[in-house]
Amino acid sequence: MLTVEEISEIEAEGAHYPKRDALCIDALKIVQRHRGWVSDESVRDIAEHLGMSATDVDSVATFYNLIFRKPVGRHVIMVCDSVSCWIMGHERMREHLHERLGIKYGETTRDDRFTLLPIVCLGCCDHAPAMMVDSDLHSDLDPQKIDAELERYK
Amino acid sequence: MMATIEKPLTGNVLPDGTPLDLRGYEQAGGYQAIRRVLSGGMTPKAVTELVKNANLRGRGGAGFQTGLKWSFVPTGPDVPNPTYLVVNADEMEPGTFKDRFLMERNPHQLIEGAITAGFAIEADIAFMFLRGEYALAAERLSRAIAEAYERHYLGKNILGSGYSMELYLHLSGGRYICGDETGLLNALEGKRANPRAKPPFPVVVGLFGKPTVVNNVETICCVPHIINHGAEWFHGLSKTKDGGTKLYGVSGKVKRPGLWELPMGTTVREILEEHAGGMRDGLKFRGLLPGGSSTPFIVEEHLDTPMDFTEMPKAGSRLGTGTMIVLDDQTCPVGMAWNMTKFFARESCGFCTPCWSGLGWAERILRSIEDGQGKPGDLDKLAFQAKMWSPGNTFCALAPGAADPLETSMKYFRADFERHISEQRCPWR
Repeated sequence: MLTVEEISEIEAEGAHYPKRDALCIDALKIVQRHRGWVSDESVRDIAEHLGMSATDVDSVATFYNLIFRKPVGRHVIMVCDSVSCWIMGHERMREHLHERLGIKYGETTRDDRFTLLPIVCLGCCDHAPAMMVDSDLHSDLDPQKIDAELERYK
Repeated sequence: MMATIEKPLTGNVLPDGTPLDLRGYEQAGGYQAIRRVLSGGMTPKAVTELVKNANLRGRGGAGFQTGLKWSFVPTGPDVPNPTYLVVNADEMEPGTFKDRFLMERNPHQLIEGAITAGFAIEADIAFMFLRGEYALAAERLSRAIAEAYERHYLGKNILGSGYSMELYLHLSGGRYICGDETGLLNALEGKRANPRAKPPFPVVVGLFGKPTVVNNVETICCVPHIINHGAEWFHGLSKTKDGGTKLYGVSGKVKRPGLWELPMGTTVREILEEHAGGMRDGLKFRGLLPGGSSTPFIVEEHLDTPMDFTEMPKAGSRLGTGTMIVLDDQTCPVGMAWNMTKFFARESCGFCTPCWSGLGWAERILRSIEDGQGKPGDLDKLAFQAKMWSPGNTFCALAPGAADPLETSMKYFRADFERHISEQRCPWR
C-alpha cells in the first residue's frame, strides 16, 4: 500500500503532466525516497495507482540506474568509472573500496551501512577521481581521503 | 565591467563557490533581457531572428543553429497546445563538466535564458531535465526557480506582459541515453528512454506529441546576453564564424585541469598549454578527445586547430562539448579505449542491434586484448564492429559516438594495440 504521504507527493508532481503514466518515474523515485528501494509490492502499488500494468512499471523501473530494485544500505556509494576518472586512478580507488568494505560493485556490506555502485561521469573531471556518497560529491580522491570521508557516514 | 563582457557566462560568478543569488544577478544586469523583450520591445520572431543572426550553435555537442531550430516551431492560433521548451541539463558525456558549473554558480542566468527562449518559441511550459546525481544544482535551481516565481518572472502574465510560462525542474532516474533529445522526451513522458525515429522532429512532434524545442544549458545561458548586447557583439566575442564564447575544459594528467570561458575558436594548443599548463612533469602528450568521449582523437599535428564547430572536422574530429580529455604516455591507449567502449556498452538502451550486440562484443575483445589474450584478427573485428555503428544503422548517436574514439585510437595508436596482442600483455601494467 502506498502511504497517504507518498500519494500526495505523487499527485503534486502529476499536475505537470497531461497523462497519468508520465508520473511513473516520479512515483518510483518518491517511493524509493521513503523506503530506500522499490520492492515488487511497490511496483504493483504504483501500477495500480497510475492505472498501468505492473510489467510496464517494472520495465521502467529496471531501465533507470538510480531506481533500486533491490534493498540498498543506509548509504549508497557511487564511484565514477568514466574515462577521466579512469585516467586519474579510478581502478586504484575501486580496489581500495573493495578491500576496505569487503564488497564489490553491486553489493551491500553485512551491516547494511554501504552499497557500492559504479556511476556514469559525475561532471567532476577536473577534480578526478570522484565519487558520490548519497547526495554528496567527493573529489580529488586518494585512499586516505576515501577513508576519512567514509567515516562521516554511519 | 570589461571582464563581464568578455566572459558573459561566467564573468559574474562568485569566486567562493556560492551561487549568484537573485539580488546579485539583478545587480549584474540580470533579468533585463526579459524586461526588454516582454515590455513589448521585441516580438517572438524578432528574438528568434536575433539569435539566428548571432549564429549561436548548440552547445550540447551537435552544433545545430539555435535560432534556426526555433524558427521551425509552428506558431500562430492553429498550433497544437501546449508548446514545450525543454532544457537539456542531463550532462553525462564522460569528460564533460561545464553545465554543472553554470547551474551551480549562476542558476538565474539559465532561468532567464529559458524564459527568453520560451518567449521566442511561444512556449507555454518549460521543463529543466536535470540528471539525478546533480544534487547541488537541483537544490540551487529549485531555490532560484521559486525566487523567479515570486518576482513574477515565471507563471501567469509575466511582468504584466500577457505572456505566461510555467517552469518545472525534473530530476532524471539516471542513464546516459536520456541526454539524447528524443530519449529525453520519452523519459519525461515516464517511459524507458529509448530514442525515437526522426522525422518527425521534436520541434513539430515532441513531448506528448506537441511542438518541443530541446536546448542545452550552455546554449540557453547565452540567450539573455545576445538580447542585451546584440548579434554583432556576440560575433565579436568569437575568433571564428561560430558566435560567442565557449566553456572549454581539460581533464587528464595536465598541470592544471580546469574550466575556462574563452572566445569560440581558441586553439587546442592555447587551451592545453596556456590554460591547463601543459602536461605534468615527466609525462608526454599523446592525444586527446576534444569534446567528451564521443569525439574522435586528435594528436600533436592538430593542436593548432581552432576549437569550434567548423574547424574541428578538418582535423577529423568534432568540437563536441568542448571539454577535452588528455591521453599521456604513461596511460594505456588500449585500456582507455576499453574503458570508453565498456561505458557505451553499459549505457546502450538496448534497442538497436548494432549497438546492444556490437558494443558488448567489442568490449569483450578489448578486455581480452588488455588482459593479454588478444588474438590475431581482433583488430579487424573491432574495425568491422565500429563500421556497423555508423550513423544510419542506429536510431541515435550513441553507437556512432562509440565508434569515433575507438576507430581513431586504433588509427593513431595502432602499434600499441598490436604490441598488446603480440606480447600477450599490457605493456603499461
